[in-house]
Formats: sequence, C-alpha cells, structure tokens
Amino acid sequence: MDITFQHVNYWYQAGTPFAVQALTDIDLTIASDTFTAVIGQTGSGKSTMIQHLDALLKPTEGTVAIGDRLIDHTTKNKHLKPVRKKVGIVFQFPENQLFEETVIKDIAFGPQNFGVSETDATKLAREKAELVGLDAALLERSPFDLSGGQMRRVAIAGVLALEPEVLVLDEPTAGLDPRGRLEIMSLLTKLRTEQHLTIVLITHQMDDVANYADHVIVMAHGQVVKQGTPRAIFSDPEWLANYQLEMPSATRFAQRLVERGFSFDPLPLTEAELADQLMGQLPKEATPHG
Amino acid sequence: MDKFLFGRYIPGHSWVHRLDPRAKLVLCFMYVLVVFFANNLWTYLLLTVLLLASVAATAISLRIFLRGLRPLLWLLIFTVLIQVFFGAGGHVYWSWGILSVTHDGLISAGLILMRFVLIIMISTLLTFSTAPLDIADGIESLLSPLRKVHFPVATLALMLSLALRFVPTLMDEAEKIMNAQRARGVDFGTGGLKQQIKTIVPILIPLFVNAFNRAVDISTAMEARGYQDGENRTKYRQLKWQRADTISFLVYVVSLASVIGLRFVA
Repeated sequence: MDITFQHVNYWYQAGTPFAVQALTDIDLTIASDTFTAVIGQTGSGKSTMIQHLDALLKPTEGTVAIGDRLIDHTTKNKHLKPVRKKVGIVFQFPENQLFEETVIKDIAFGPQNFGVSETDATKLAREKAELVGLDAALLERSPFDLSGGQMRRVAIAGVLALEPEVLVLDEPTAGLDPRGRLEIMSLLTKLRTEQHLTIVLITHQMDDVANYADHVIVMAHGQVVKQGTPRAIFSDPEWLANYQLEMPSATRFAQRLVERGFSFDPLPLTEAELADQLMGQLPKEATPHG
Repeated sequence: MDKFLFGRYIPGHSWVHRLDPRAKLVLCFMYVLVVFFANNLWTYLLLTVLLLASVAATAISLRIFLRGLRPLLWLLIFTVLIQVFFGAGGHVYWSWGILSVTHDGLISAGLILMRFVLIIMISTLLTFSTAPLDIADGIESLLSPLRKVHFPVATLALMLSLALRFVPTLMDEAEKIMNAQRARGVDFGTGGLKQQIKTIVPILIPLFVNAFNRAVDISTAMEARGYQDGENRTKYRQLKWQRADTISFLVYVVSLASVIGLRFVA
C-alpha cells in the first residue's frame, strides 16, 4: 500500500489570528515494503506530516492518497476508520496512551475497536506481546506498574495488534537506555523482514538512519528539502551542516581517518562498511595473525 | 479545540495590553456590576460606546471579538427564547398553552441579550489583552489585604499560576492522547450517548495519571530549588501603576457613574 502526498499544505488553526503554516507544498511517496526515515530539526513539521499518513490531520490544501483512499480537506471523519486499520502510528512517548486495568486488555483494545471479538483480540494481544518481547508474567499486571521501557513495548504491541500494513513510529527510542534502543530497532528489522511491514521512522539518530533505512526524507521549515537513499543524503556534509544535521558516527570517524591518509570510496555509513574498507588498508603488521 | 477563541490571550502592545492587570481586573469587574444597573436605551448606549472604545484600544479587530461569542451562541439563543416565551406582563401578542409572547417578555429578552453580550465581550477583552500569568499576579495583588485574616493568598496565587501555566500543556497532552486513541480505532463524537461516554475513558485515565506524575515531578523540582512555602518570598515580576492606568480608571469611573446616574434620572 503506497502513500502519496500531492501538493499538501497544512495550517494549524486555519482562519484564526493564530494560523501557522506547518507544511508547505509537500510532495512525497512512501512506497510499499520500504523503510523510510524522516529526519529534520525539531519544529520542521515531521510530526505534522506523519499525522497525515493516518488521516488524523487532513490537508488544508492538496491531497493524500492512502492506498486507494484519497484524503483532502472535504473528507468526512466517519469514513476514515478503514484507513486507520491499515496504518498504525506509534506516537512519541506512547506509554502515555495506556489506560486499561491490565496489559493484555490494553493491547487488545485496538483490535476490539475494529470489531474483532474479545477472545480473538486477546489471542492477538498475547501474540503481539510475545513479538515485542514482553514477559508473559506481565500480561495480567496493571500497565502503570511497569517500567518505562516495558510500558513503551506494551504501547507498541497495542498498535501492532491492529495488524497494520504501514507502521509509523515517531521517535520510538527517545528516552530509552542503549539496550532498550537496540531492542526496539531490532524489533523493527524483524517486523520488516518477517512480516513485510512498511515502516516510517522519525528519528534524530543518524546511525539508525544509516543502519536501517532505505529511503530518507529530510524536512526543514515545513518543506521536504531532500529525498533519497541514505548514501545520497549523507554524501554532502556541508549541505547537512547547513540544516544542522549530523553524519552517522561511522562516517564521522572515517572522515577523521581521511585526514590521516586513509581513503574511502564511497564514505562508509555503517560500522560494518567502515570495517570492510579498513581491512584492506591496514598496514600488514597491524592485521591479526591468521 | 483549534478554533476556540474564548478565554485566550492574543499578544500585542496596545494601550489595553500595557495596562496594569490590577486595573483591568477591577475595571472589568466594575463594568460587569454596572451592566446590571442599566435599564434603558441611554444606559445601554453608553455602555456599548464604552465597550467599543475599549475594543478599539486593544487594536484587535471587532470581528475576532464577535467570533469569540460563537461558542456561547446556543446559550444566548436558549436564554432569549425562554424569556420570549415565558415572559409575562404587558400586552399579549400571541399565546398558546403556557407559552405566550408579551410586550414585557420581549423587552426583558432584549435586556438579557444585551447584558449577556456586553458581559461576555468585556471578559473576552480582559483575557484577550492580558497574559494568564499577569491575571494571576493581579489577582494575588488584589487579594493581598486578605492576609490580615490569615487567608493563604500566596498559596492560592501559586496554585493559580501553576494551574494557568499547565492549561495549554494539558490541552496539548489531551490532544496527543486523543490522536493516539483515534489511531487505535476510537471514534470520538459518534454513536449514542453511552458509546460516547465510553470513549472518554481512554483519554481521561492517561490524562489523570500523567497529571499525578507531573505533580510529583514538579513538587520535587520545587523543593530541590529551595521552595518552602508561599510566605517570605520576594517577587521577580513587580506590578507598576502608571498614568495610562489612572486615565483609563477615570474614563471608566466617569462613564459608569453616568450609567448609574442615567438609570435614576431617566
């Protein structure tokens, strides 16, 4: 299921003295079965953009095509439920959306809203809880007794229980420890390879962009300023600095090695690429015995 | 919630924006009191002129003020209709069962409408032109004589300014939670009454839980920064009474006194 934006403009509080334009003339396509990363400074319109993917916001001007549904400012809210079943959004700090008495009930809440019976929804909830790595012993506990990382997994499981085709995540690793971050990112890889979910990820972690994404959208001041593969995006350090964006840490390290006489073609984006290219260049006596 | 203007602050640098919040609070309060004294054409005319002059002094267009009335439109219509159909006395124009349209009924409906509009407009003027924290400061300063009777003015002021500070934060949060639940298939504002009440639970519980957590965090942070109680603190934001305040005060006192005068003369 592709999602296509055509000339999308969005104003918050349109028609009042507080009107603010958050999106300006956005054209983009999120193709089926891709991992898209959305990057850009805080306030660049990323979060506003992703709310259009699920028709939570409707464009003030222009259209958004979600699969075969065309959304514009005239679209009525009551016809949007089928769209929301296909696109799951995990908002920033999703642990704030938990409310049921037990973890399992909370995960099963979503599917039940879409008409799945209670027994089926509970079964689905158990499945998804296992998928996100929640201990079965936690399922009967109150979600408010859990740790922050566990709560976040419950929230993600609750969205996955909708069985969406497109999964949108707004900074899912914000505020987690390194281990929690790695766990969430490997969960995304698993969803992508095993279940062929289309994934859209908003992030400030350029390493995650380099490691996982195959399409990158760069936003600034409510506009899409660049789109392409991670290699194309990270090929121009000056341009990135202009938009106050960083390079992945492997690339930064490689740049410093270049100053010391190493050469890379192309500049590595991930640690694995860096290691590969370094192996051939190391002096003989530095390579391990073998 | 996007188009909700009532009770909001519109930043600016007009005459009214720069007035002392105490002056604005007192003037607004006096105006509301005097509205109830008005009983004939001339008094209402004078009050309207005074209001329009104040609106002009805010440099905010009258259209925005009128739009601020919109959320209360149904309440206005409802009250006026009640007055029109249940008012008694004077010449009867039309009647059916207990409903009747009479001369006095129409007059009192007109009065009620006028009063409503004037009161809403003047309070909208206050909130449009005064930042919430200024209102809190103004209220604290006006209540300070109550310290003599051991009323906890400082505590009340702290609660008020904390509450005002977190209104927008809580609104944002409510909206975020609503969006998250909508993404999980909750339909707000559809279905029967019972259905709609059920959809409030997934917003209310997270909102309350977050508010509790936030209260704990804030009180910890306040203690860590040396807050003990409301007494014996100095103030960073000092209120200053200026000439513009005196002038506005004189204009209001003279006009409002004339309104009361006109009531008894005419």
